[in-house]
Amino acid sequence: MKRFALPLGIFLILLVFLGIGLRLKPQEIPSPFIGKPAPAFTLTLLHDAQKSFSPKDMLGKVWVLNVWASWCAPCRAELPALMALTKEAAIPIVGLNYTDTRSAGNKWLASFGNPYQLSAFDADGKVGIDYGVYGVPETFVIDKSGFIRMKHAGPVTEDDIKDKFLPLLKELSGG
Amino acid sequence: MIPELGNLALMLALCLAGIQATLPIVGTFRNNTRWMALAGSAAAGQCLFVVLAFASLTASFIQNDFSVAYVAANSNTLLPVFFRIAGVWGGHEGSLLLWTLMLALWTLAVTLLSRQLPRATLARILSVMGWISIGFLVFMLFTSNPFERTLPGPADGRDLNPLLQDLGMIVHPPLLYMGYVGFSVAFAFSIAALISGELDATWARWSRPWTLVAWMFLTLGIFCGSFWAYYELGWGGWWFWDAVENASFMPWLLGTALIHSLAVTEKRGSFKSWTVLLAILTFSLSLLGTFLVRSGVLTSVHAFATDPRRGFYILIFLAIVTGGSLALYAWRAPKIGLGGQFSLFSREALLLVNNVLLVVAAGTILLGTLYPLFLDALNLGKISVGPPYFEAVFVPLMIPLLLLTAVGPFLAWKNDSIQAVLGRLRWLALGAAVVAALALLVFKTSVMVAVGVTLALWILFATLSQVVQRLAHAPAGASLLKRISRQPRSYWGMVIAHAGIGIFVVGVTLIKGMESAQDASLHVGQSVTLGDYEFTFSALKKIQGPNYIAARGTFEVRRGADSITTLHPEKRFYTVQKMPMTEAAIDRGFTRDLYVSIGEAAPDGAWLVRVQHKPFVSWIWAGCLAIALGGALAASDRRYRMVARQRAAASPPISSPVHSFV
Amino acid sequence: MAKAPFRSLCAALLGLFCAALLLWTGGVHAGQGAPAAVNPALELRVTQLAQELRCLVCQNQTIADSQAPLAVELKNQVREQLARGQSDQDVIDFMVQRYGDFILYRPPVKASTWLLWFGPFVLLALGLLALLLKLRQKPAAPADSLTAAELTHAAALLAGESPPGESVPAARSIPVITTVSNASTAATASTA
Repeated sequence: MKRFALPLGIFLILLVFLGIGLRLKPQEIPSPFIGKPAPAFTLTLLHDAQKSFSPKDMLGKVWVLNVWASWCAPCRAELPALMALTKEAAIPIVGLNYTDTRSAGNKWLASFGNPYQLSAFDADGKVGIDYGVYGVPETFVIDKSGFIRMKHAGPVTEDDIKDKFLPLLKELSGG
Repeated sequence: MIPELGNLALMLALCLAGIQATLPIVGTFRNNTRWMALAGSAAAGQCLFVVLAFASLTASFIQNDFSVAYVAANSNTLLPVFFRIAGVWGGHEGSLLLWTLMLALWTLAVTLLSRQLPRATLARILSVMGWISIGFLVFMLFTSNPFERTLPGPADGRDLNPLLQDLGMIVHPPLLYMGYVGFSVAFAFSIAALISGELDATWARWSRPWTLVAWMFLTLGIFCGSFWAYYELGWGGWWFWDAVENASFMPWLLGTALIHSLAVTEKRGSFKSWTVLLAILTFSLSLLGTFLVRSGVLTSVHAFATDPRRGFYILIFLAIVTGGSLALYAWRAPKIGLGGQFSLFSREALLLVNNVLLVVAAGTILLGTLYPLFLDALNLGKISVGPPYFEAVFVPLMIPLLLLTAVGPFLAWKNDSIQAVLGRLRWLALGAAVVAALALLVFKTSVMVAVGVTLALWILFATLSQVVQRLAHAPAGASLLKRISRQPRSYWGMVIAHAGIGIFVVGVTLIKGMESAQDASLHVGQSVTLGDYEFTFSALKKIQGPNYIAARGTFEVRRGADSITTLHPEKRFYTVQKMPMTEAAIDRGFTRDLYVSIGEAAPDGAWLVRVQHKPFVSWIWAGCLAIALGGALAASDRRYRMVARQRAAASPPISSPVHSFV
Repeated sequence: MAKAPFRSLCAALLGLFCAALLLWTGGVHAGQGAPAAVNPALELRVTQLAQELRCLVCQNQTIADSQAPLAVELKNQVREQLARGQSDQDVIDFMVQRYGDFILYRPPVKASTWLLWFGPFVLLALGLLALLLKLRQKPAAPADSLTAAELTHAAALLAGESPPGESVPAARSIPVITTVSNASTAATASTA
C-alpha cells in the first residue's frame, strides 16, 4: 500500500513548489553586488568632458546611482519619482548615462528635468556591465562606506519610494 | 451576434459536459442502464456545441470582427485569410478553445469506435473525459473567454505575431494538442479500470490503439515545432531545451514508455498497475505543460501572456485531476493484481528496463526545467538551466536505451537465454566495434560522433537483421511480398519506428558534431567561403508583401566550378507589429543543408550574413516521420480493426500468423 | 544454420560501408578550405563560450544568438578577454561576478545544485535496483500454472466432454484462451 502512495506524495510536494512559483518573478535577476563594494570607475561628466566622477568622491555619504538613457522611455516616466526622492530623502542622486550620446543626453535633461546632482557619461556601457546592468533604468543605493545595499531594476514608482527606498535610506543615514 | 452565439454554445457545452461527467458514472454504481447510455449522447451533444463555438470564433476572425477583444489582439485586415484562421489558436484563449475542441472530438471518437466495450466501462471512461472537459470549459468561461467584446472595437487589429504567420505554425498546435488530449483517453481508461477494479489484457488491447494514435500525433507535433523553428527562427537551431519544448517532450517520453508497457500488458497480462500509473502520469504531464506555458512560473519564448491568476486556476485543476487520480491509484492499485510471470532475461524484463530509462529521462528533464523554480522558492538564488545541462545529462541516459532498442526485438517473451541472443548479435556487435574504431581513428571524429554513429548503425542493422530472420521463417517458396504481408502491421510499425530512431540519431550526431557556420559582413558583390562552398551576395531587392516590407538577397552558391543553387534569404519588417523577422533560405539535401540568413544592415550598407553547412539534418526529419509512421502502422493493426476482425472470423484462420510478436 | 554467420557478416560489412559513407559525406575529409576570418580559432572559442551564456535581455537565447545590444557587447567582452589570454574560466568568473549564476546556462556544481547534477544518475541507479529486486523475488503464487484438477478439467473441455463434477476454478485475470493453450502446448518459451 505504501509504495502505491509514493507518486501521490511526490506530486503533492511538486504542487507546493508550483504554488509558491506563482508568486515569484522569474525574470528578475538579483544583483550579486548586494553587500559588496560598489565597483570603482572614473568617467567624465555628461555636461563637461573636462571634469570626472568616481564613486570614491561620495564616500561618507549615502547616495543613489540611477542608470538612464535618452532612448529609454520608462526613464522619462520615473523622473517625477526621482525628483520626489531626492527632495524627500535629501539624498543625492548621481546619474549614469548609459550607451548614449552627449548631445542627446543633455538635451533630454534640459527638456524633461534633471534630478541628478551630476551625470557620469558611460558611452560604451562598460561601467554598466561592471555593475551588472542588464536593462534601463536601474537604481542602486550605496552607503557611506561605498557598499551597494540595494538594487532596483525597472522604473521607480511612488510606491517603491515609500516601501523600499525611504526606509532603507533612513536606516543607512543613521536614523 | 456570432460571438454571442459562440459564448452560448460554450455554456451549453459545459452543461452537457456536466451531465456527461456525473450521471453515467453514478449509473454504473446503481446499475442504471439509461444513465449509463446518456454518456454517448451527452458527449455527442457537447462535441456539437464546442464545434459551433469554434466555428463562430473562426467566423469572427475571417470577418475581421475587431469588436471581439481576442480577434483584435491577434488579427489584422492586412493578414491573409489562412493566417487569420490560424490566428484562432494564436493566443491563449483561442488555444484553450482548440484544446477543448480536440477533447470533444476525441470523446466523440471514443463513443463511436468503442461498440465492443461493456456499457459500464464506456460510461466510466466518458465520465472521466467529461470531468476534464468541464475543467477546460470552466477555465475558459470564467477566466479566458475568447468571445469577450471590446466596445467600441478598434479600427484594426494588432496583427498575429509574425513568428506565427507560417504554415508550420498553423499545423503545429493542432497536431500537438491532438497528442496531449489523446493521452486523456488512456488516462480515462486507467481511471475506469481503477474504479471498477477490473484490469486485464483485454483492457490493454482496447487502450493501446488510442494511445498509439495520440503518441503518433504528439511525435508529429514535436517534429513540426522543430522543423518550423529550424527554418523560421533564422539561426538554424531546432531544439533549445526551452521550458515549453521540454513540456512537450516529457509526455512523449512517458508516452513511449506507455506504449511499450501496454504491449506487455496486452500480450502477457503483466505490468498492470505500472501501466495504469504511466497512463496517469503521461496525461498529468500534458496538463503540467499547459500550466507551465500559461502561468508565468517559467520564462519561455513560447509562453502565452502570463497571468498568475490563470496559473492558479490551472494549478487547482491539476491538483484535482492528478492528485485525485494518484490518490485513487494509491487506494485501488493493489486490487488490480500482478499478472504473468517472466524471467530476468526476457523481453518483458528488457521492456521494463526501457520503461525505467524513459521515466528517469522524463524525470530528469522535469528536474532540470523546474530546478530554477525550486531554488528560487527556497530562496537559494537564481540559476539558469539550459542546453549544456540537458545535453550533459540526457545523452548518457539515452545511450543504454539506444543499445537496448536493437536487442529487444530479438528477445523472446517470458524467457530467453543470454547465449542464444548473444549468438545472434555477435557479428553485429563486432561490426559496431569496427565502425567506432573507423570513426575515431580514420576519420578522427570526436568521441561523441563516433558513439552516435555506432549506436545508430547498431540499431539500424540489428533491426534489419531481425527482419531478415523473421521473414526467413516462412513456408519454403513463399514470395517476398507474401512473407512481408504475413507479418502483422504492428510488427512493421515496430520495425519502422525503431529504424526511425536510428535514422534520427544519425542526423543528430552528425549535425551536432560537424556543422559549421561563418559570419560575414558583406556588400553586394562580395562573397564568403565555408568549406568547399562559396556564397556570393549577388543582388539585393526591396519587395512588398501583404503585411510586410522586405529586403530580399540573392546568393549564388558554388562548389569549385559547379554552380549549386541560388538562394533568396529575406529580412522582413512586419508593419503592424513593427517586428523584424529573418526568413532564411535553405538548400535542402539528402546529406546536407546549406543555410543562409541575413541579419541587420550596417550604416555603410554592408549586411551581416551567416552561412551554415548542416550535414544530415534531413535525417532528423526523416527519423521523426518514420517514428510517426511506425506508430500509425501499429495502431492500424488488424486486431484493432473491427471490420477486419469480423472478416477474419468468417474465414478459416489458416493464413494468419501463428504468433504475433508485438 | 551455416547461413546465419554469413548473413551477419554481410550485415556487418554493409554497416562498415555505410559508416564510411556517412562520415565521408558528413564533411570529415581532408581538403576542406579554411573559412575567411580574422582569427578562426579565437572565433570558435568565442562562439563556444557565448553559447554557454544567457542573454539577460531576451532571456531565451544565448548571447551567441541574440542580437540585443547588451548581448553583442558582452560577446565583444568575451572576445576581448580571450584575445588578451584569459582562460574560459576567467571569462565565466567575470560574468558571474557581475550577473550571478543566472547568466550561466550550465549551472555550476555546488551544494545547492548537487541534486540537479547527480539526481538523474542516482534516480537511474535506484530505478534499476528496484527493478532488479522486483524481478528477483519469487512470486507468491505463479499465475499461469495449473493445478492437477484444473489440468483434468482443461483436458476434458478440449475433448468435448463435460467435466466430472469438479468445481470450475475462479475466473483468472488472464483471458482463458491463453491459459488453456499454454497448458496444452506446455511451452515455456515461445519463439517463431
